[in-house]
Amino acid sequence: MEQWLNKLYETFIETGYYNMMIDGLKNTVIITLGALLIGVIIGTVIAVTKYFAEDVPALRPFAWLCDLYITVIRGIPVVVLLLIFFFVILTSAEGVTVAILTFGINSGAYMAELIRSGINAVDNGQMEAGRSLGMSKMQAMRKIVLPQAIRYILPAIGNELIALLKETSVAGYVAVVDLTRAGNLVRNNTYDAVNPLLVVALVYLALVVLLTWLMRVLERRLSRNDKR
Amino acid sequence: MISVKNLQKNFEGLQVLRGIDVEINKGDVMCVIGPSGSGKSTFLRCLNLLEKPTGGEIVFDGENLTDKKADLNRHRQKMGMVFQQFNLFPHMSILENLTCGPMMLKKIPRADAEKKALELLARVGLADRAGSYPNQLSGGQKQRVAIVRALCMEPEVMLFDEPTSALDPEMVGEVLDVMKDLAANGMTMVVVTHEMGFAREVSNRVLFLDDGVIAEEGTPDAVFNHPQSERLQSFLAKVL
Repeated sequence: MEQWLNKLYETFIETGYYNMMIDGLKNTVIITLGALLIGVIIGTVIAVTKYFAEDVPALRPFAWLCDLYITVIRGIPVVVLLLIFFFVILTSAEGVTVAILTFGINSGAYMAELIRSGINAVDNGQMEAGRSLGMSKMQAMRKIVLPQAIRYILPAIGNELIALLKETSVAGYVAVVDLTRAGNLVRNNTYDAVNPLLVVALVYLALVVLLTWLMRVLERRLSRNDKR
Repeated sequence: MISVKNLQKNFEGLQVLRGIDVEINKGDVMCVIGPSGSGKSTFLRCLNLLEKPTGGEIVFDGENLTDKKADLNRHRQKMGMVFQQFNLFPHMSILENLTCGPMMLKKIPRADAEKKALELLARVGLADRAGSYPNQLSGGQKQRVAIVRALCMEPEVMLFDEPTSALDPEMVGEVLDVMKDLAANGMTMVVVTHEMGFAREVSNRVLFLDDGVIAEEGTPDAVFNHPQSERLQSFLAKVL
């Protein structure tokens, strides 16, 4: 035990690599949260567009574009997407920016379907009640339907967030020093394979446990008032 | 106030309304009765265009609502609607349910909207429930709140779509009392209902819909005590 602690000390502290690990963790968190935000925005826009397109023929082409986007994004591995964005589309952008955008755009395709299922789960009478008061479709969507839809799909969004967090571990492909890449660098430089990987794995695990707990708290707060 | 001209509605080939003509005047309390599937609810939902008519016209305050250019959202503010399933907003408190319309659509300041909402809530005997959420209320209470929600927009006419059909029998009375009170205060009302007692006592006109047409129409006395058509006679024999 004491030997192992000494080894840990040697690998991370003596060398000063713990700083790199912390920076890596920061990047992982930034990419995950940035991508989540972009994913939720894209997902909501697509879901709402497709919902409205059901009775507004003028929106059909947009709905068709949304379907195309979902098909293309879901059909390509996220690492490949990341490489395409980094080496082909956004050649002058920084790795972290590219990673946030790529993971956001990727996540948006999955969020779209998720949010659409949430919207469909809200009783149609809610939209009608909003409209009967004189709200436009958009107002009723924003004020009445979406808040309820989000509550229905919160557990699924939690899942998506966890998947997203772990997906970002491939950000190293485009020269981003995220948590995984930082661990790799430490391993390369110290010839200690066990401890960097162990630490990286445990940090991911801790993050996931933390996120799970946060989502549960949020869920409980949102459902406090309406148990149906 | 509302004139309905040759109103028709098809649902994918099924003709639900086959040409309805009726004039709803200010102060009217019109009950719409008829067997299920006769088109009563569809007729009501066409009045504020929650259902889009496939033919005919709805003219409200001199404006043709079936015209593509009509500003439906503005007109709907003047037509309150009460649903069979209440359709309260479960994520908002009762007070928020009541104030969200006036604040969002009529730009009424929060304090004024809340004052008005509390006043109306007191009128239906629910002043103490302002901070509750819909799931904490009984069916009858929910429906009273739903009526108040519509009233908060200060509508010119109230549309009721079977407002008591989803209620336990002991709660029907409290909702009907609120509606009677409204009628007594001169509100123009169109009520689709199975409550023949209410139709007889409170309304000044009764429409009997059968198979998508107005099969008979008249004062409650004429409709209930002297039904002319065989269809109305057999319907009343079943429900009274």
